[in-house]
Amino acid sequence: MSTARQVSVGATGAGGTQLVQAIAREWRLASNPVRFSVACLAFFYVLAAGSPVVAPYDPTYQYRAMPDCPPMAPHLSAPSRWSDGLVYFYPMRMADPVARRFAADRSRRVYLHFFHNGHLFTTAAGAPPCFLLGSDGLGRDLLSRIVYGARVSMSVGLIGVAISFSLGIVVGAFSGYVGGLADNLIMRWSEIEMSLPSFYFLLALAAIIPAGMSTVETFLMIVAIMSFISWAGLARVIRGMAASVRTRPYVEAARALGASRWRVLSRHVIPSVLGYAVVAATLSIPGFILGESALSLLGLGIQEPAASWGNLLAQAQDVQSLARYPWILIPGAFIFLAVMSFNFLGDHLRDRLDPANLRR
Amino acid sequence: MGRFIVHRLVNMVPLIIGITFLSFLVISMVPGDFLSSLRLNPSISPEVIRQIEAEFGLNQPLLVRYVKWLWAVLHLDLGVSLTYRVAVTSLIASRALNTVILAASSMLFSWALAIPIGIIVAVRQNSIWDRVLSFAAFFGMSVPNFFLAFLLMFVALKTGWFPLGGTYSVYYPSLDLWGKIADRFDHLVLPAIVLGTAGMASLMRLMRSQILEIKNSDFVRTARAKGLAERTVLYKHVLRNALNPFVTLAGYSLADLLGGAALVEAVMNLQGLGLLLLDAVRSLDIYLVMGSVLMGTVLLLLGNLLADLALVAVDPRVDFSALASQ
Repeated sequence: MSTARQVSVGATGAGGTQLVQAIAREWRLASNPVRFSVACLAFFYVLAAGSPVVAPYDPTYQYRAMPDCPPMAPHLSAPSRWSDGLVYFYPMRMADPVARRFAADRSRRVYLHFFHNGHLFTTAAGAPPCFLLGSDGLGRDLLSRIVYGARVSMSVGLIGVAISFSLGIVVGAFSGYVGGLADNLIMRWSEIEMSLPSFYFLLALAAIIPAGMSTVETFLMIVAIMSFISWAGLARVIRGMAASVRTRPYVEAARALGASRWRVLSRHVIPSVLGYAVVAATLSIPGFILGESALSLLGLGIQEPAASWGNLLAQAQDVQSLARYPWILIPGAFIFLAVMSFNFLGDHLRDRLDPANLRR
Repeated sequence: MGRFIVHRLVNMVPLIIGITFLSFLVISMVPGDFLSSLRLNPSISPEVIRQIEAEFGLNQPLLVRYVKWLWAVLHLDLGVSLTYRVAVTSLIASRALNTVILAASSMLFSWALAIPIGIIVAVRQNSIWDRVLSFAAFFGMSVPNFFLAFLLMFVALKTGWFPLGGTYSVYYPSLDLWGKIADRFDHLVLPAIVLGTAGMASLMRLMRSQILEIKNSDFVRTARAKGLAERTVLYKHVLRNALNPFVTLAGYSLADLLGGAALVEAVMNLQGLGLLLLDAVRSLDIYLVMGSVLMGTVLLLLGNLLADLALVAVDPRVDFSALASQ
């Protein structure tokens, strides 16, 4: 019940060293897949937060001469040539413009510059670009687009969960605790929302988004739409828990002490269901990521030239592109890793917050 | 039993009304409508547009249109598609059948594999198979449908094993019955795998944990103590009890698959309800959108009802009246 609070209080309430210790303890307790997941997510959020620095190029700049260029392999230079640069690659040139085949020019070495021009690594201004993960059909650097796409894909889950869960928890706790007509109405409404064929409805809702909206506005619309669809399920579970909490002695005691309805709700009912909510929140993030990706993939979500992991995959819908330029599938691997990490983390949190496991 | 079904069917009515009204509201909030593109077309005179408007009742207020639509639906008339100019019912019927076939076959695929694998893995707990397959299950649960679709299509491209999307080949009409069935099946394999993988992975995990839980219960120990063969214990005692929750799950997962099928159809270009809806949404074909949403909702609700009925049929402890009053 109150374990979630204890954990969080212990983690945030008292000083930096204790926080470090708590994190170290959690790290020790975690299994390898969980550690990998946490590392993955941390990496993705770094990508998202620092995209202008991490991305080697402008994600919308089109290298017109290099559409659908395959990934270029970086090479480590020999120690004697480290004065020129640590890592080099052979620039690619289009060998056959019709088939869009590229050939590496082995006679030239172009060096990557680290911490150059405000980028983590990039090439000199006039030098040919280095596409570590290849380029898309318009000659844009796929790596840079993935890095910028992380902003959309990694935040859509957090913001969506924040909205749908605050709604779900407040409405669910209120409904369960107050009961009566309000409860009945709220639950009927949530039944309607839960019986919606969600993807069908998502498609229909996505049509509301006007074409001229900015990327940020579109993003917020998508998040709002998905939150609207997903809050009801949580509200119902929380309601059930709140309804059972209502008759517990400690809640009756609080009422007997003259606590207001809102105080009982916010201090006793909601905290007792928070542990469940944290787990459910983590496990529902993948749904948001996948929903956004699917919408963007179908052209109903984030629009070009802005990048999201979903709309980067749109090119793969063309069978010819898929056959010739398989590196356009790489963004899908990022979506997969993010989803898997949240699944692992959610599973782990469920085990950790389960009272039966904590008592051991 | 009969009363329970009637009760549930009656309960569906307000749900369907709520959902369709919500969809109607949403689709009418869309800026512009089907006619916007026609208005921009200089070869279409304003009179023609006004005529179409009147024909489809697009100039009437929202509530009037909704009530009219609902009244028509009660007469099994879902209106006329603005784009195709044919009755929505005729468009939807064949598409819905394709969607149901896809959902059912992916369910068959996932169940036929998940249950035996789950049993094997649970019996050999902590063996190398258990670890590998449990890890693979996590992969299967996390891989996005559309990404798996692209991966499999890529494999199909390179090997030429299966057709790339589509519901049937171009030469489909010229085939005989068995050829048609074989052709359909050929096109169904990849989408069914794509749609069924996630479900298969989670079913396998559930089966595993179910068996492990029951393996340690008292009645299994009793069965062993009285000297039953391990096989008998497994198949007659453990398995029968472990399968109980799966009956409920069957209905719900069918409902789930019907929803998930939409995305797979859109990505793999299958002529199902989902692709129809996507096209309708893109061209703002109101009545087609409404028809598809209605059809999807009905399928979903029927799936849930089937799930409850299956549960009642399997578990004698479940009380009809309790379910009915829920």
